[in-house]
Parts: sequence; structure tokens; C-alpha cells
Amino acid sequence: MQDALSNCSPLPSRRALLTGALAGGFVLAFRLPLKAANEPEQPPDNPAGQFAPNAFIRIDRAGKTTLVMPQVEMGQGVYTAVAMILADELDADFATVTLEHAPANDKLYGNPTFGIQVTGNSNSIRSFWKPLRVAGATARAMLVAAAAGQWQVDPASCSASNGRVTHGASGRVAAYGDLVDAASSIPMPQNPPLKDPKDFALIGKPLKRLDTPNKTDGNVVYGIDALLPGMKFATLAQCPVFGGKVAHVDDSAAKAVPGVQKIIVLDDLVAVVGDHTWAAKKGLDALKVTWNEGANAKVSSADIWDDLRAASKKDGVVAKSVGDIAKGFAQGERVDGEYELPFLAHAPMEPLNCTVHVTADACEIWTGTQVMTRCQSFAAAASGLPLDKVIVHNHLLGGGFGRRLEADMVAAAVRIGKQVDGPVKVIWTREEDIQHDVYRPAYRDTISASLQNGKIVAWKYKISGSSIMARWAPSIFINGIDVDAVDSAVDMPYDIPNLQVQYVRAEPPAVPTGFWRGVGPNNNVFAIECFIDELARKAGKDPVDFRRGMLGNNPRLKAALDLVAEKSGWGQPLPARTGRGVSVQPSFGSFIATVVEAEVDAKGEVYLRRVTSAVDTGIAVNPDTIMAQLQGGLIFGLTAALYGEVTIDKGRVQQSNFNDYRMLRIDQVPNIEVHVIKSGEDPGGIGETGVTAGPPALRNAIYAATGVALRRLPIDRRALAVKT
Amino acid sequence: MVASTTIALTINGESKTVDAPPDMPLLWVLRDLLGLTGTKFGCGIAQCGACTVHLDGKPVRSCLLPVAAIGNRAITTIEGVGTTPSGAKVQKAWLDLEVIQCGYCQSGQIMSAAALLEGTPHPDDADIDAAMAGNICRCGTYVRIREAIKRAADGQA
Repeated sequence: MQDALSNCSPLPSRRALLTGALAGGFVLAFRLPLKAANEPEQPPDNPAGQFAPNAFIRIDRAGKTTLVMPQVEMGQGVYTAVAMILADELDADFATVTLEHAPANDKLYGNPTFGIQVTGNSNSIRSFWKPLRVAGATARAMLVAAAAGQWQVDPASCSASNGRVTHGASGRVAAYGDLVDAASSIPMPQNPPLKDPKDFALIGKPLKRLDTPNKTDGNVVYGIDALLPGMKFATLAQCPVFGGKVAHVDDSAAKAVPGVQKIIVLDDLVAVVGDHTWAAKKGLDALKVTWNEGANAKVSSADIWDDLRAASKKDGVVAKSVGDIAKGFAQGERVDGEYELPFLAHAPMEPLNCTVHVTADACEIWTGTQVMTRCQSFAAAASGLPLDKVIVHNHLLGGGFGRRLEADMVAAAVRIGKQVDGPVKVIWTREEDIQHDVYRPAYRDTISASLQNGKIVAWKYKISGSSIMARWAPSIFINGIDVDAVDSAVDMPYDIPNLQVQYVRAEPPAVPTGFWRGVGPNNNVFAIECFIDELARKAGKDPVDFRRGMLGNNPRLKAALDLVAEKSGWGQPLPARTGRGVSVQPSFGSFIATVVEAEVDAKGEVYLRRVTSAVDTGIAVNPDTIMAQLQGGLIFGLTAALYGEVTIDKGRVQQSNFNDYRMLRIDQVPNIEVHVIKSGEDPGGIGETGVTAGPPALRNAIYAATGVALRRLPIDRRALAVKT
Repeated sequence: MVASTTIALTINGESKTVDAPPDMPLLWVLRDLLGLTGTKFGCGIAQCGACTVHLDGKPVRSCLLPVAAIGNRAITTIEGVGTTPSGAKVQKAWLDLEVIQCGYCQSGQIMSAAALLEGTPHPDDADIDAAMAGNICRCGTYVRIREAIKRAADGQA
């Protein structure tokens, strides 16, 4: 994996990122002061007979408008939102646009925030808002200029809508398709005018998603659905102990399984190739593998937690400092808290898979990924072929949640595929998917605060845990600070005069860690919002009032808090052992306040009764998608709060499938009301916003219902049971 | 293990013949032998419902259903459910209310919902919970699934 990583396209330079990293925040840290990677640029294969002014837009002579999607669709609605932005500025006929997955090409389709093709951190619309608008407006200006030239009129006297240019005075109309050749020879305008938001025809409307019709009738094709002539099917087993190797394989029984074609033994995994997945699975079950479990064979969760707790006692690197922390703690009354979050698996509904066809001089891949070019480079490294001999076919993703920000599955599939004559689809069983994930890190956070006259006058917050950035993007792990791990801690919303945030990098033995929907804010929003509730109680204040009093510098968040308090019935009486909890967060460029109402029974079981959120996410490109993302994100986060925990024993993950790695189901989910606040600000992120908002609000509801201040997730029912 | 045998199936109203081991789950017969990839693999142990199909109109988890056990019962998959009145109404309601996010579980959700409406044309919340609790959605579309089933049921009235 190290070799493959070093093969990746270069990430943003250290220097470019340094300023941002110290200023704090994931978004700032990544923002490039350089020319955006995808400012409109001619695509390399400008096909004849098409108007292709940039990498995102192609119009043919029949008027067919193809929009190329730089970001990947994993359910978050980004294909529709990206198409809406492009089509709005282009004045295309939205009903007839065709969407295409972008090929692997960082230069043309790199995420401006990261410099490479990445879909993550809820930043697709934030990053591409301006570049897409410029791309659409540029194309529109060229089409209008082409029509005006043919009519010999001033372009300013022409207008465009629904894929046509109109000259109002003469009533002449030209379809975009008829302007393709003329527009192609128009010089590209440097600063095409962007629409005034009041003139948006598509943006801001709850339009129907473009990817969903095929998802109702079985016609959608995910990576796992790739079918190729002569294809074989494979499944694999890696050593159950992280880092272990194959010691010995007895394949006599496996070979006897009808339909089994080949047994592949690599140093760290075994795979069985068959005529169909069932033969491969039966063959794998029949394979007798002895593993050399290696150095991690004794690793356990208990030891990992002991290590993390010890590490969290050390001083960390200061990631943010405001005022004078010592002076702050010299005043008022000190309160301490410590919070712990477990390892989590991603468990996207589409298990990991990758179809490969490796020949002597080419490697073709069919999969669904959040990192196109990283898949390409991993495949190149694994196949031994140069990058330009690797073709990646991306697909719609059956969930990503950060798991598909990794390319380990591609490397494994290519190593298997090298030994197969013809194409082979490699599918991970659910057990293999859960037991060989890259896990959301376990974190421990310690917070101290000083309260004086009902206000926080000092705040010291220390985060301890694995650095994902140090592995995933080492060039931006600078001065010992992981910008993701401190995200939403260094940019706390509250007015606190003396504040310090520290970070301790503490890597667990054996367990690989990775981004998980909600990323760094998952940890920080939970710890901060839980502790704020404890401080409110200590100060004798209502949790909403306490927060409101400290949000003077955050009017957007304060407005969201006021709205959610009103809509959730905050303050109205509730039955015994039922409570409301609130959380607020300014994460991902969106301002959200959430109230969860929950009931705790005598045995400590927790029932969700009602969830209400109010969000200001700037211009809501598609308000219906925003509601759906928040409803889903809240459920994703609440699922983790109620059930999510991956534990380790003897170097192995103890959970294996949905029977022991549980998910919330429909009968446990109440109505979830989302109120979107109208805003003219630039769009914020939304895919992860609900995920991080839910758990602290639920925990605070339990605190209100029972008086028990839980400080770990998942929720410990034993601590909530009525003592008899 | 028994080698492949020839098995006759009726899928979405069409007669098909496959050569498959008798213990091969229907899921893999559909996906790998017949190219009907709309039915999804999610867990392999009947915990998630992504593989739901109908046998004579009743929902079953195809990941654990040996193909030889099907006999002459009619199989309906997501590719064919739109030809049934309940299936068509569910599909329409799913789009009207924009239920779907990643969509991977939705074949199974739609099959479970269509089977529910076939037997219970006007389900209440408890009916919906009972019929749909076997289908996991990782994107968390449950709120809209509930609304869409009610919408589809209203459409049937």
C-alpha cells in the first residue's frame, strides 16, 4: 500500500496548505491559493462536431447536451445538483441533459479543494460552486455570441433559455445544436457574467433527481453489477488478524467444488475463482487455510483503550490558542469531562467489490469509487503497468461513507486478476467487508472549562486518536496536527475568551483507520456538545438558553437554534424518563441545530420519539435533497450512537455482519422534521451535517430524561437502567 | 457437493432454464447466471433484505433460498415488479417522494413494499413496520419509505 500511495498524483503542496492548516479547519486547510485544478480547459479529445468549451459540457449538432460529472454519486444527490448548477448557467434544457461519469483525470476533474479527484468531506458543491457556474456561463456566452454573429446583432440583445438563443427584437430563435460549429470558433470569454441568483431557473428548486428512475426498476448499474463476456467470479479471505500472512493452504476440498476454476494464494490473502459467486464462496469455505497471525495476534480492545487513555494524559500539539488559558482557569469554577468514541465500520449496503481485466499490456477496472485517480494509481502499482495503461470505469456507488475513499480493494482485485485469464469480478462477503475495513478511529477527548457567572471563561480541549491524514495525505499532516481530527474543535462556535485546543496523535496497534461519514467533527461535535450540556446544568441554565448566550458571533447558528427550539416544542412538558436534547454545529460550512426527543425505559433501552433540525446551508441548490440528506445523515449518526462499535480480540474484529453490527431499522425511526432556512450565502456542505448533529442531541436527551451523563458511545443501556 | 443440474424457473412471467448446483441461492442464479442484477447482495444471511424477491407474490430473501427449492412457484424480481399494480404504484410513489439515495437497498425495499400492499392495501404504521423492518437502508431513507408506502396505498384506493 505504501508503494501504491507514493505513486499517487501529487497532492497540494505543503507550502500551499500551511497557512490554512494553522488558521484551523479542514476546509481552510485544503483551500488552494493556486489556480483551481479545473478552471475551464479544453478536454483532451475535443470530438469533431461537438461544442466542448470545457471538461464539463459537450453539445452535439442534434442539441444533445452531455454534462460530465466531476464528483461521484453515492446517494447524496450530487449528480443532480452539479447538473442543475451547470445547466442553470448554461441555460440548457434540463429535461434532456445526459450525465456521464468523469474518467480518471485530476487535471480536468480534480476537486479544487484537494487538487485530485475526491468526493468527500461534504465539499462537492462548496468546491465546485464557482467553477461549475463559470463553466456553464462560459459556454452560454459563446453560444449567444455565435447566434448574435449569425444574426449580426449585439449579443447583449439576445437571451438564452432551455437550450435556445433568442433575439427578442426580431423573434429569431436558434437551438444550441444548430450553433455548435459556430460556437466552437468563438474565443473563450475571460470573465463571463454569472447569473444574479434571483435569475436562477433551476438552482433553489426541489427538482427530481436524475439518478433515481433507474434505481426503482433494477436497471441501475453499480460496480458490483458489472458483467463482461467470459467473466469469472471470485471471493477472497484475508487473514482475520490484521497484518497476518498465509502460512499454508490445503485446497484439495476446494478444488472438488463444482464450478471452482482456480485457487489463488497470495502472501496475505486467498481467493477462489469460479463460474459464479456461489461456486467461489463454496470453494472458499472449503479451503483450509493456516495463517501466520504475526505480531498483532494478541491485540485487544482493552489494550488499545489503555494505550489511548495513557496517550491522552500527555501534552499535545497546540492546534489553536485564544487569549490566556492560565488566566482563564484562575477565574471561576473548573469543570472536567472526558469522552470516548469507538472504532466504527462503514458497512455500505454495496459490499466492497472490484471487477478487473488484466492483460500483458492493459488493466481495466470496473468499480464505484470516491477516488478515481487513486484507484488508477493503485491498479498501476499492483499490475506493474504504467498509469496510462489503466482504465477505470466508475459507477454509481451503493454507498461510500468514506470507505470508497480508499483503493485497497482495487489493489487486491488487481493482484487476483493478474492470475486470471479474462475478466474477473471480485466480491467481498459482508463479513470480509466489515472485518477488513479502515475503521473510524477510536477517540478520547478531555475537556476542562471554567465557569464564572454562568459563562465559560476558559476552555481547554484535547483530542487524542489516530491521524487518518498522516496516512491518507501525508503531505498535509503538518507540525503534528491532523486538520481533520481538529475540525470543528479549532473553529468552535461559542464566544469563549480563553481557549486552547491540543491534538495528540495516538495510533492503535494493528487497526487501520480511515474517514467515516462525518469525519473529524463526529468526534469533536459530540464531545463539545455533550460537555456544553453538562456546563449548562452546572450553571443552572436551560441548554438552549446557555448556548444562545454564547453565539453572539454566530448569527446564522443562533437563528437555526431559535428555529429548532420553536419547531421542536422545546420546553414543553414531557412524560417521565423522556427528554429533549439539543446540539448545534457550524461544521461543513452549514449551520445546524438539532433537537432529539427520546424515551428511556426501566431497562435502559432508548427509543427515539422525534427528531427536528433547522439548517442554514446557504443557497440550497436542491432543497429536497438537503432534507433527504439531513434525514438520512441523522439516522446514520443515531445508528452509530445507539449501536456502533467495532471491538478487537486476539487481533481480530469481533463483529461480522448486520446481526452483530446493528443498524437502525424502520420500526425504530420516528418522524424527522428538517427546516431549511432561506439564505443567500454560498452553499454549504450537507452530506455529513446530520451525521454529526444526531449523537450529541440524543445523548443530551438521555441526560435530560435520566440525569445520567453518558460519556462514551455507543449508548450503555446498563448505565441507564433504573436501579432496583 | 452435487454438480449442476438443469432447473426450470419462471421469472417475471418468462420460462428460463439454468444449469446450477441445487443448493445455489436464487440470488446468484439471478445475478451471475441470468444477468438480472437488479436483485442485490447485501449480507448473505437474510439480515438486510437487499435480495428480496417474490415467490408467488410473497417476499423472500433470495440469498438463502436454494434454487432447487423453488419448484414451480413464480419468481418476480425488481425487473418485473413494475408489471404488477402494487409494484407500479410503489415505484411511482418512490419517485414522487424522491425516496432513493444511493439506491442499493431499494430493490429490496420496493419488493417488500409491493408485497405488503398486495396483502394489505391500506397499511397502518404497525403494518409498515412489520413488513419493512427486515430491510436495512444505510442511507437512512426510512422516513420517506413510510410516506411513500402510504402514498402508494392512497393511489390504490
